[in-house]
Amino acid sequence: MSTAAESAGARPRWKQPSIIPGFGLTFGFSIFYLSAIILIPLGALGWHTASLGWPEFWRIVTDPRVIASLRVSFVTSLIAACVNVVFGVIVAWVLVRYRFPGRRIIDAAVDLPFALPTAVAGIALTAIYAPNGMIGSLLQPFGIKIAYTPLGIVVALIFIGLPFVVRTVQPVIEEISHEVEEAAATLGASRAQTIFQVILPGLAPAILTGFALAFGRAVGEYGSVIFIAGNIPFVSEIAPLLIVMRLEEYNYPAATAIGSIMLVMAFFVLLAINLVQAWSRRRYGYGG
Amino acid sequence: MAAEREAARRSGARAADFRDPTTESALAKWVLIAITVAFLGLFLFLPLISVFSEALRRGVDVAYEAITEPDAVEAIKLTLLVASIAVPLNLVFGVCAAWAIAKYEFKGKAFLITLIDLPFSVSPVIAGLVYVLLFGSESLLGPWLARHGIQILFAVPGVVLATIFVTFPFVARELIPLMEDQGTGDEEAAISLGASGWQTFLHVTLPNIKWGLLYGVLLCNARAMGEFGAVSVVSGRLRGETVTMPLQVEILYNEYNFVAAFAVASLLALLALVTLALKALLERVYGRDTAAVIGH
Repeated sequence: MSTAAESAGARPRWKQPSIIPGFGLTFGFSIFYLSAIILIPLGALGWHTASLGWPEFWRIVTDPRVIASLRVSFVTSLIAACVNVVFGVIVAWVLVRYRFPGRRIIDAAVDLPFALPTAVAGIALTAIYAPNGMIGSLLQPFGIKIAYTPLGIVVALIFIGLPFVVRTVQPVIEEISHEVEEAAATLGASRAQTIFQVILPGLAPAILTGFALAFGRAVGEYGSVIFIAGNIPFVSEIAPLLIVMRLEEYNYPAATAIGSIMLVMAFFVLLAINLVQAWSRRRYGYGG
Repeated sequence: MAAEREAARRSGARAADFRDPTTESALAKWVLIAITVAFLGLFLFLPLISVFSEALRRGVDVAYEAITEPDAVEAIKLTLLVASIAVPLNLVFGVCAAWAIAKYEFKGKAFLITLIDLPFSVSPVIAGLVYVLLFGSESLLGPWLARHGIQILFAVPGVVLATIFVTFPFVARELIPLMEDQGTGDEEAAISLGASGWQTFLHVTLPNIKWGLLYGVLLCNARAMGEFGAVSVVSGRLRGETVTMPLQVEILYNEYNFVAAFAVASLLALLALVTLALKALLERVYGRDTAAVIGH
């Protein structure tokens, strides 16, 4: 195909010539499918947002209930991502460095949140952490409530985000060369010094990427949260739920405005991940 | 010091009187392992076990009845139907996109890959919302669709579209890096020897990517069958018509029919377990470094 185009002198400048056929077909279909499924529908969101007009948009997104839901989503996601960074790094370290019975099963189980439908995770976590549940009933005497409070949202978001941190950090720990640790030990560093001053700084880009991925997923999460959250307006109502409620009331302008705010937030998370990875490639020679 | 040496000897780190300076003490090691087991037990294993124990709370018969009643059967059928449309379409797209991106050099490639990844960073609820805005009664297309009697929202096509959106990147994401690593040498040799493009793909490229392809399809399918947020926005929850298994779980749960909800949920949990087992198996055959399939 491309050879025919070349002889006709119509070779596209933006593509290098190749003898492998099929570029037109595969590229064309990919662009068509991408546009039909992703770009045009997202464009519809942009178009509806633009046609709201600025005063209307501003009125919707500064509504106290909308601001409260965005804050709940943002704060709980941040806390869950922080918890996941601490425990995710420990889990990744243990899985790479130690051999113990059951390691393989634990390694496979880390992906459970990717494989388990979110609604199933939601009702299962609620069953455990509800006041009459296995763990909820243990905490009840101490006056700690998890389900139907913002704490419940954090629990669900920890579940959802964990594999993102473990699976980003794990391959980087595998790559750490033994010589670096030996050199540090030879120079008189204690094991703790080696870990905190030599190994962890090298893991920083991977940890940051894992954090951003877990956070990004948590902000948009819906299925696992709505069952355990209790969904009390201003307290435990997340932004995605507010979108669904507005849609059920056929209040499309409100759903559109909240949706576009969340899309912009997702875009910034994506941008942050790309910046971290670019910085990491320059500084550490790997992509995070 | 003596205690440390003792610990090292017990853990068998190296020669008798010497603690390997590049590993932690045995105490630290076992504390970290205990933290890992406790954390994962609390957040992963306990929820998984509770799905099955709640489903079987009133015996196997009650659970069996819950998954064989007509609405549940319809939900299972719809879930299978949706996955059987969404997965092959995303498979064809994944192969085309990976071929175009990995076998040629052109400008804007990185941007194209970012666009393909986009659905992973978009909230599932927004994936549903965009189709409501595109096809809903207040949209540009809405009145035209209504005049021609085409029902997309609150009908099966909407459920399929929303599922395709959220599972869009899985196959492409798996194949692009794999095919980029393999380069273009094999295909160029086949073409020079006179093979057609289609022959080259079938006999040269496909055998090289088959495990990666299966891996992508496996994860795509798990997500397609389990998707909740996007589907719940466009489904309208018409019982026996637009309710998939995850939506059926929600409906039963909200009716306080917990045993039935967990019975249907346990089918989905079984699907997740089978997916994880096949994934672990594929990783061994396919020699994939880590189990990472992450958004970016």
